[in-house]
Amino acid sequence: MKHSTRTIRDFWLLFTGPAIWWSLVLLVPYVIMLMISFYTRKFPFHVPDFQFGNYLKLVEDPQYFLVIFRSLKIAFLVGVTAFVISYPLAYCLARKIKSNRVRLLLYVATIIPLWVSYLLRAYTWKTILGSEGILNSFLMWTGIIQEPSTFFLYNQFAMVITMAYIFTPFMVMPVYASLEKIPPSLIEASKDLGAGRIKTFLKITLPLSMPGVLAGFTFTFCLSAGDFISPALVGGPYSNMVANVVATQFGIAMNWPLGSALGMVLLFIVLAVITLSDRLERAGRINLA
Amino acid sequence: MATVLELRNLTKKFAGDVTAVNNISMSIEGGEFVTLLGPSGCGKTTMLRMIGGFEYPDAGSVVLDGVDITDTPPYERPVNMMFQDYALFPHMTVESNIGYGLRISGIESRQVQHEVGEMLELIDLPGMQNRLPSELSNGQRQRVALARALIRKPKILLLDEPMSALDAKLRQSMQIELLSLHKKIGITFLMVTHDQTEAMVMSDRITVIRDGAIEQIGTPTELYDHPVTPYVADFLGQSNMIPAIVQRNTADRLIATVGCNELDVTDATVVGAIDNNVTLCIRPERIRLLESSSEVDTSLEVITGVMEQVLYSGSSLHFTILLDNNLTINVHYPLNTVLNSSLIAGIGDTVRCGVASATICIFSS
Amino acid sequence: MNKVSQRRRRLDLGNTALGIAAASALGFLYGPIITLMIFSFNDNPITRLPLTGWTLDWYYKALTNSDLLAALWNSVIVAVAAVMICLVIGIPTAFALDRFDFRGKTLFRRLVILPITLPGIITGVSILAFFSMAGVKLSLLTVIIGHGTALTAIVVTNVFARLQRFDRRIEEASADIGARPWQTFVYITLPNIRSAIIGSALIAFTLSFDEIPVTYFLTGRDNTLPMYIWSVIRRGITPEINAIGTIIVALSIVLIFLSVLLIHSDGGTRKNRR
Repeated sequence: MKHSTRTIRDFWLLFTGPAIWWSLVLLVPYVIMLMISFYTRKFPFHVPDFQFGNYLKLVEDPQYFLVIFRSLKIAFLVGVTAFVISYPLAYCLARKIKSNRVRLLLYVATIIPLWVSYLLRAYTWKTILGSEGILNSFLMWTGIIQEPSTFFLYNQFAMVITMAYIFTPFMVMPVYASLEKIPPSLIEASKDLGAGRIKTFLKITLPLSMPGVLAGFTFTFCLSAGDFISPALVGGPYSNMVANVVATQFGIAMNWPLGSALGMVLLFIVLAVITLSDRLERAGRINLA
Repeated sequence: MATVLELRNLTKKFAGDVTAVNNISMSIEGGEFVTLLGPSGCGKTTMLRMIGGFEYPDAGSVVLDGVDITDTPPYERPVNMMFQDYALFPHMTVESNIGYGLRISGIESRQVQHEVGEMLELIDLPGMQNRLPSELSNGQRQRVALARALIRKPKILLLDEPMSALDAKLRQSMQIELLSLHKKIGITFLMVTHDQTEAMVMSDRITVIRDGAIEQIGTPTELYDHPVTPYVADFLGQSNMIPAIVQRNTADRLIATVGCNELDVTDATVVGAIDNNVTLCIRPERIRLLESSSEVDTSLEVITGVMEQVLYSGSSLHFTILLDNNLTINVHYPLNTVLNSSLIAGIGDTVRCGVASATICIFSS
Repeated sequence: MNKVSQRRRRLDLGNTALGIAAASALGFLYGPIITLMIFSFNDNPITRLPLTGWTLDWYYKALTNSDLLAALWNSVIVAVAAVMICLVIGIPTAFALDRFDFRGKTLFRRLVILPITLPGIITGVSILAFFSMAGVKLSLLTVIIGHGTALTAIVVTNVFARLQRFDRRIEEASADIGARPWQTFVYITLPNIRSAIIGSALIAFTLSFDEIPVTYFLTGRDNTLPMYIWSVIRRGITPEINAIGTIIVALSIVLIFLSVLLIHSDGGTRKNRR
C-alpha cells in the first residue's frame, strides 16, 4: 500500500470513533440549543418555530438585560480581585524563591485548591460570612461589633469574594508561567541602565507578564460570568446571574426557548471575550527569545 | 592617563565554600581596552558583575574615579554593561531600547530621539528606530545592545563575552568594529572572554585569571613572549611544554637535556628560581625544520626526532614530531613562509629541527 | 559597612512586603478549607466561634447516612465510567491532533476545548436539549455522558502537551529495529506518555466527583454526591456537611497532589536560574 494511503487509513482508524463522539455530544447539542432558541413557548412546553421573539424579550425586558449586565459586572470584579490577590503570589513564586523544590511544592500547593470541590469551597464562605458564621462570631468575640452583621452574606460582595477565592489559582497559573519566562538578564539590564526596582517592575516585568495576566483574566471572567453555584449559595435575592436564570427557565419556568436564547447569548459573550483576548494577545505578542 | 577603576582586595565566595574571586587587586587607566581572560568558572564574570553592581563582594572594594562604589546599586553606578545574551527588551522598539536609560533619567523625549538617532548612525544602523528586537539579526541586536549601554556615556563599558553568540566570520568583523568604536569614543572598555585570540587582537592589556586569582597582567606581547607561568604560556597561543634537565657545563653555559638532545639555553628566558628539573616552553612557530644532517646553523639549537604527522589547515602546515623520549612536539609553518619542500620529510623519517635559544622560556617543574 | 546595612535594609523591606502579600494569598486559599476541617470536629451544631468541644459525631452521622452513601456510590460509578470515556475518546483525539493535519483542524481544536472554557451550564443545557429531542430519559447514564463530554478535554490537552514534548526519534528507532506500529505504540509510546495519561485521568476523576452544572440538568432519579450535598446546603448549614466535606477535601488534595507531581515528573524542565 502506498505510504500516503496508509497514512489516511491510519488517520481514520484512529479518528472515526472520536469524530462521531464529538459530533454527537458537542456539535449536535449546540446546534439543537440554537434551534430551540428560535422556538415558541407554548404551554406546557414549546413548539418548533423560527422567530426571534425570545431574543427580543431578552433585549426589551429590563430584568433580563439587567441580569446580563450584572453578570458581566460581577465577572469583571472577580477578575480584578483575583488579579490583585494572585499577582504577588505568582511573582514571589517565579522570581523570589531560589530553591527549585520549594518552588514546585508551593506551586502545587497553590494549584490544589482549584480541584478541591468547587461546591464545598463556595459552601465554606457561606459558613464564614453568615450572621451565625465564623466571621461574625469572631468579630463579636473580640468585641469589634455588638450584633451579628448581615453585611457580609447574601449579596454581591459575598459573591465576588467567593468567586475570587475559587478562581485565584486560575490566575496564578498563567501569570506564574509568563513571569517565569522573563530572562533575569532583562531585569539586570534595566537596573544597569538606571531604573530602580519599582521602575524596572513597572516598565519591564509587568508589561512582559501581561500575556499571562490576560489569559488568567479571560478564563476567570468567562467562568465567573456563567457561574450559578455562587449566586445560589451566597448571592441572596438581588444577585441572580445569567446561569441562574437559565437554570430557572429550564426548570420551574419550563420556558426552554427563552432559556436556550439566554444560553446562546452567554455562549456568544464568552466566545467574544475569548476571541478578543486572543487578538489582544497576538497583537502584543513578543518573542522572548 | 588617570586611573579610572581600582579593585582592592576583592573577594567573593558562593554557597558551598566556593571562592570565586580571591583577593584580587588591579587598576585600569582611563581609555584603556582591558580584557579579563580565563576559562569558564575562573571568576572573571563574577568580577565583572561586581563592577557592574549585580553581585556584592564579601570583602574588598571597587573604586571608580576615586569614589567607593562597592555597595552602590547598579542603577546608581556610572557603569554600563553589554550583556552576553544582549538582554534587549522584547516589548520595546529599537528606539525605546536605546533611549530607555535616558528616559529613566528624565531627559525629555525630543532630546532622547535626537540622541538615539545619532547613536544609530554611530553603530551603522540608521533608520531602524521602529524595529522590534525580534526583527533584527544577531549582529544587529548586538549593536543595539552596545548602543543602549554607550548612550549613557558611562565611565566604563563592561562587555560580557560579547562575541559568544556570533559565528566565526561575524566575530572577526565585530572585533574590528568594536575596536574602531573604542578608538572613536574613547571610553574605557572592560571585556570578559575565554577566547585568547580575541583578547590578544583587541586589548591594550590582558589580565589572565585562574581560579579566582590574577595569573598575569600585561600587554598581549608581554604575555605572549614573556609568560610568567606555564599556565599563561599554555593559555595564550600554543606552546610545547618539554620536560628537561638543566646543568651548567664547564664553560658556564646552561645546557638542557631532552632525551638525547642537548640544547644550549644560556640565552633563554628563565622564569623564577629553577633547579635541575625544568620545563622548556617553546612556541611551535619558533621551531624550524632544518636541511638534512649536513646543515649546521650555529645560531639554532638542534632537536632531532621522527616525523609523526603532517596536517594541512588551509593557511598553515602543522607537523608533529616524536622525540626519542616518547615526547611529541608541534611545529607550525604559516604557508607563506619559505619552505623547501625537500624538508618535508615523510612520515616515519628522521627530521632535524632548529630553535633559537632566546625564544625559549624555562620554568621550574 | 554602614552603606551595606542600609542597602540590605532597603531590599528587605520590599521583599518582606512582597512575602507578606504572597503568604496572605496562600492563607486566603487555604483558610476556608482549614476552617472547614476544624469545624468538622467541633461539637457545636452551629458553625460559629468559639469552639466548644471535640467530637467525631458528625463523621459518624455522615458515614451512616444512607442517602449520602447511595449518592457516594453513584458518584463513584459515574466517575469511573466517565474517566473510561475520557481515555477512550481523549487519547486518540490527542494523537490525531499531534500527528495528523486535516481540514478544519483548528476549528476542531477550538471545539474540543470549549467544554472547559465555557461555563458548564451551557454544556449541560445543550446536551439536555439533545436528549429530550431524542427522547432519552434522564438517568445515571445521561450523567455519565455529560461528564464524558465535559471532562475529555482535560485528557486531550494533557496528553497532547506530552506528545508535543515527545521525541519521535525513539519511535523511529523502534521501527528501525523491526517493531510493527502497534508494537511501537504499546512498548515505546505508551510507557512514555503514561504519566500524562494517569495524571489527567486522576484530575478528571476528581472533577467528576465534584461536577455540578452539567449534572444538575442531566440527573434522573439517582443523585450523585455533589447533587446530594447541593440539596442539603441549599436548605441550610449542617455540620455533617463539614465532616463529609473534610473527607472529600482531604482525598482530593492527595489525589491532585499525586497527579500534578506525575504530570510534572517526566522531563518537565525547569529553567536554569543563576
